Amino acid sequence: MSNHRHNRPLTDVELRVKALESLLTEKQLIDPAAVDEIIETYEHKIGPRNGARVVARAWLDPDYRQRLLDHGTEAIAELGLSGVQGEDMVVVENTDQVHNLVVCTLCSCYPWPTLGLPPVWYKSAPYRSRAVSDPRGVLAEFGVEVPESTEIRVWDSNAELRYLVLPRRPAGTEGMSEDELAGLVTRDSMIGVGLPRSPNG
Amino acid sequence: MNGIHDLGGMHGLGPIRPEPDEPVFHEDWERRMFGLFIAAFGGGHFNVDEFRHAIERMDPAHYLESSYYEHWLSAIETLLVEKGVLAQDELAARKAELAKEAA
Repeated sequence: MSNHRHNRPLTDVELRVKALESLLTEKQLIDPAAVDEIIETYEHKIGPRNGARVVARAWLDPDYRQRLLDHGTEAIAELGLSGVQGEDMVVVENTDQVHNLVVCTLCSCYPWPTLGLPPVWYKSAPYRSRAVSDPRGVLAEFGVEVPESTEIRVWDSNAELRYLVLPRRPAGTEGMSEDELAGLVTRDSMIGVGLPRSPNG
Repeated sequence: MNGIHDLGGMHGLGPIRPEPDEPVFHEDWERRMFGLFIAAFGGGHFNVDEFRHAIERMDPAHYLESSYYEHWLSAIETLLVEKGVLAQDELAARKAELAKEAA
């Protein structure tokens, strides 16, 4: 547990967290080394670069793409990605007819193995309330223009099921390698509030 | 049953505010809270449904005004006390000691 000096009094919340960790450690109900490793894993090792690899593979390999759409959990696991908060995955594909958007209205359900931990906005009331009732407005707030003729499908995640959006492959990416393609895939494009980068910047 | 957490379709909750280059954790206590939760969960003291339900039972105004990891803190404290793993006065006493040490 870190022991750095504070230049200001600890807040109530900070004291409560310290008290919790202190008591649980003393009673040997948690192992501080395990806590550190968990933090390290989710702060530095697991993140949207995982999901980007899934998307890039699907863009390059039509059979993989079909497996991904038919059996998301298993296909994602082919890339070594599985586990906590990603036990049951459905991958939804953007096309020229359909744009997909993912939310968890009730809390913060999010596919950790492919995207890491969710951003604050995803877990907050404004997004959770409006993604389901005004998806076009929400997309506009994120600067994403979707034609009126495009259907927007909103997926409300839950404890048992998580979603990953398979964005459309950008134009002008012929001949790019899987790594290069993965580099174009943004976290927001896999939630549905963004589009992948174009190869020209 | 519904509750304040059942936010889908509610009006008036304001603009979405994405933070550019948002860090995974904004404060050290959030980082510790995350790690603690996963470790405590691994110890089998509660399941995820109980955890969510403990958050859903928060005071509605406090739910809306507090940050995400404060919801986790509230839920863990509630569950561990309800299940007799920790006592309310133990937590208060340790908190008071730590406040003195930090002063």
